Amino acid sequence: MSERLLQVDDLQVRFLTRRGVVQAVRDVTFHIDRGETVGLVGESGSGKSVTAQAIMGLTELPGRITGGDVRWKGESLVRGPNAGAELKRVRGNEISMVFQDPMTSLNPVFSVGNQLTEVTRRHLGHSRAQATERAIELLDLVGISNPRQRMKQHPSEFSGGMRQRVLIAMALSCEPELLIADEPTTALDVTIQAQILELLADIQDRLGLSVLLITHDLGVVAGMCDRVCVMYGGRLAEIGPAEDLYAKPAHPYTHGLLESTPRVDEVQPRLVSIDGAPPDLVAPPPGCPFGDRCGWATDRCHSELPEMTRLQEGRSVACWNPFPAA
Amino acid sequence: MRTQSEDALIRVEDLKIHFPVGRSGFWGQHRRFVHAVDGVSFGIIRGETLGLVGESGSGKTTTGRAILRRITPTAGAIHFRGRDITHTKGEALRRLRRHMQLVFQDPYGSLNPRMTVAELVSEPLVVHGSVQSVTEARDRVVALLERCGLPADAAGRYPHAFSGGQRQRIGIARALALEPDFIVADEPVSALDVSIRAQVVNLLQDLQDEQALTYLFIAHDLSVVRHISHRIAIMYAGQVVELADRDAIYANPIHPYTEALLSSVPIPDPPLQRARRRIVLHGEIPDPVKPPPGCRFASRCPLVEDRCRTEAPPLTVRSATHRAACWVR
Repeated sequence: MSERLLQVDDLQVRFLTRRGVVQAVRDVTFHIDRGETVGLVGESGSGKSVTAQAIMGLTELPGRITGGDVRWKGESLVRGPNAGAELKRVRGNEISMVFQDPMTSLNPVFSVGNQLTEVTRRHLGHSRAQATERAIELLDLVGISNPRQRMKQHPSEFSGGMRQRVLIAMALSCEPELLIADEPTTALDVTIQAQILELLADIQDRLGLSVLLITHDLGVVAGMCDRVCVMYGGRLAEIGPAEDLYAKPAHPYTHGLLESTPRVDEVQPRLVSIDGAPPDLVAPPPGCPFGDRCGWATDRCHSELPEMTRLQEGRSVACWNPFPAA
Repeated sequence: MRTQSEDALIRVEDLKIHFPVGRSGFWGQHRRFVHAVDGVSFGIIRGETLGLVGESGSGKTTTGRAILRRITPTAGAIHFRGRDITHTKGEALRRLRRHMQLVFQDPYGSLNPRMTVAELVSEPLVVHGSVQSVTEARDRVVALLERCGLPADAAGRYPHAFSGGQRQRIGIARALALEPDFIVADEPVSALDVSIRAQVVNLLQDLQDEQALTYLFIAHDLSVVRHISHRIAIMYAGQVVELADRDAIYANPIHPYTEALLSSVPIPDPPLQRARRRIVLHGEIPDPVKPPPGCRFASRCPLVEDRCRTEAPPLTVRSATHRAACWVR
């Protein structure tokens, strides 16, 4: 049995807005073991980024974690008197994060070297010289040539792909055990995306770290992840090993998402679409959030919320009428 | 190949668009230009969809805008229905514009938030004087909204009340209001979620079948264009590097850049995706102010030879339906 690093239990995040309480994340439960890559897949508003922020303790007002727990190596980062201190100890050191937008995640007025060394000086108490050496080593690791010269440059002198490399270097500077990558390639061109994904896979191989990859792109997940969690309307729809889940999706939403993703390796005369739109999370339907768009929905789906149910080892689905798995 | 110039609705010949970006030299005597589009030629036949694919900075959007005469070309010619429209001006240009419309990428930024959907969709009708009365305008708007799959009560509401997919439908209804022949769709589904994307692509296809529309469909990767295009042109750093029938591009890519672009679109199938040979490009995109004398892809090309760095490869005919610009292949 591999070592359990992160355990998220029944996580609930709500945003108090003028329109009402947005139930952004409801009853989300999953875990990440050491060395594993887990994909968290969902469309805009599915709650995937909010889940990541909650894990990192970065939930911003008016959002609040209103229920559930996040535990890192067994210690809670959310509840109990030591949660705050624990979070502070872990964040940036053992868990770190790469954000979506490489254009705004770096401070434009400081040099890249300045921003990179800040991390190790603050977190590991490195001296200026130590931190500089470490930063050069990191830039080299993420494939930036002439690291010593490029340290002196400002973010504006870096292309989008290069900035994302810098952010990855920054996230790796304290040798984290878990890297959370929130749409790390969404803002990049496809050929640059391929470079960054290759880099992430390579780094993971070399450093043996766990990765939580958050994305809307099922293709990105297919190449990288061991396990996949599919989110819809703030809840988990399905969890399973990547190969099983893609080959035999159990949840109609996963099925629809796979069908509607255009592929470069085959021609569909007509793309399959999922009619309708995601639910309003201020007043989510009492039943399954996907009920209104689901072609297989029954009366029960509209009135009763399906809980995550185990189908087989490592495979769960929240659906009253799941497709039979393997 | 059906690109005989007679039946081409749109013909672009050696299009060049250079944007001034200041001066250099001690006295500022040298003006500097970004070579956004540098010698692009292609035709689009009536009823056809040409997919124009390229990454940021490739000049695909600039090309689309130039065809619509929203940007004045530096050199080259644009023909519409056999007429040279490169220098059309004033009232003639205004009349021309009703036949050519644009669907924007960003469904949030492209609709005026202070106008109702009815106002947005009827605005082109009013501007071009193609409706005589308020009732007529209302009837047209209702018909357009219905055709684009929007609810009947949409007319009185404002854009903020709609989701991204619905806003894109509003944008399409607005573009269709004047019954144009030609639509430039500039990444119309890039900002949408996957499950919504298919809805909009299908709508565009249905409209094309019904109204014999001609599309220039601009995209940044090769996944969606496969399903909507008849032919595909690949752009890199301001030039077309390959132009072919859709299936030829996917089955038999010639240019190394096309190959890299194809291999970098991930396929949602874990065993397949992991087993794929991926071509990961290294190196940087050339400076558009000082494009290199040779092939613009040379700095990133895995097959580069000496000749590629000094001489620019022309777009040559490789088969009846396939053209590519490469010395090596």
